[in-house]
Amino acid sequence: MSTKQIFLKGIWENNPVLVLLLGFCPVLAVSTSVIDALGMGFSTAFVLLGSNLVISLTRNFIPKKMRIPVFIIIIATFVTIVDLVLKGFFFDIHKSLGLFIPLIVVNCIVLGRAEAFASKNNVFKSIVDALGMGIGFILAIAFLAAIREILGNGSILNIKLFGDSFKPVIVAILPPGAFISLGFMLAGMNKINLIKKEKEKAKKNLEKKQKQSQVG
Amino acid sequence: MGNLIIIAIDAMLISNIVLMRFLGICPYVGVSKRQGTALGMGFAVIFVMTFATVISFLIQRLILDKFGLQYLQTIVFILVIASLVQMVEIMMKKVAPALFHALGIYLPLITTNCAILGVAFLTIQKDYSFVQGLVFSITAGIGYMIAIFIFAGIREKFDFADIPKPFQDASIALITAGLLSMAFFGFAGIVKL
Repeated sequence: MSTKQIFLKGIWENNPVLVLLLGFCPVLAVSTSVIDALGMGFSTAFVLLGSNLVISLTRNFIPKKMRIPVFIIIIATFVTIVDLVLKGFFFDIHKSLGLFIPLIVVNCIVLGRAEAFASKNNVFKSIVDALGMGIGFILAIAFLAAIREILGNGSILNIKLFGDSFKPVIVAILPPGAFISLGFMLAGMNKINLIKKEKEKAKKNLEKKQKQSQVG
Repeated sequence: MGNLIIIAIDAMLISNIVLMRFLGICPYVGVSKRQGTALGMGFAVIFVMTFATVISFLIQRLILDKFGLQYLQTIVFILVIASLVQMVEIMMKKVAPALFHALGIYLPLITTNCAILGVAFLTIQKDYSFVQGLVFSITAGIGYMIAIFIFAGIREKFDFADIPKPFQDASIALITAGLLSMAFFGFAGIVKL
């Protein structure tokens, strides 16, 4: 697999949230505003990058049987760094993300990439994979947050989009709105992939026919 | 006593950990296709959640607070919970083999269940006393079981429904969870905190 393929896979084809269906908890919980979502996205991406880097560096020294606890300690260390940095420099974001910062530890995306990719590949590839997956995660969470913020608050990045006559759909900001919006997002993703598949099939069929007609 | 009842109702229904707090969504969507497995997962969560909260509470109060090591909270809690799950698994195999056979397959899944760690953190964050924390963790687990059991009951009916292709599986499950969450919203305002 080339570097570019690894990178792009994380963003679209194997998007951690929309295709692998991992890490729903933070995506649902902190997507009430785009700023919070970006904070969460970048925090998770940083942890992913750090843990992938360290794990791929040390992958030959970690005993096979002990690998999961070691991975968890490495991940928890980076989460603590993020927690302290946010608390020190971005207190507002830290307050609104709250509980979900320490919970990055149990985000299945991070442990999943450590186990499935970083423990088997070299440092450079692991970094590229972490970047791809991290950006995929940021895009997914920011997109969901944009939908919810526009519908539920009539604004994006705290800038009002509509006039005073706009009545926000408050349910979009509330917990039920999170589930329903993400459900529709997944359906949209599936639809796009289905259309793509059908197009590829049609293309293949066309090529086959052309070949047959050439032979004939 | 009244305080404890309020905590219990709040943890079970009003701020249900799955539908209102978004904790433990992965197993919620993953193992809720049949009511039997959902019930098993629910019991396993109650069991581990109570143990984990009690142990992490004691560690926080007796070790971390005493020596000013609060910044190690994340690392210590996740390690304690991960090893606790392993220990519970081994002990259960010896002491209660019947229970182990019923819950065994769900236990490893629970390590990555953010509901367990989340409730442990929440107990510390809300500054609960030991008894309050105990009640909170048990009822939060019961809330999880209620949510996953109802959800599995609905999902069993999907087999007979004609769902559009893009909506199949996770997508329709999330939308159903959204409707369920809306129903649980009706409990808001039962008690004033």
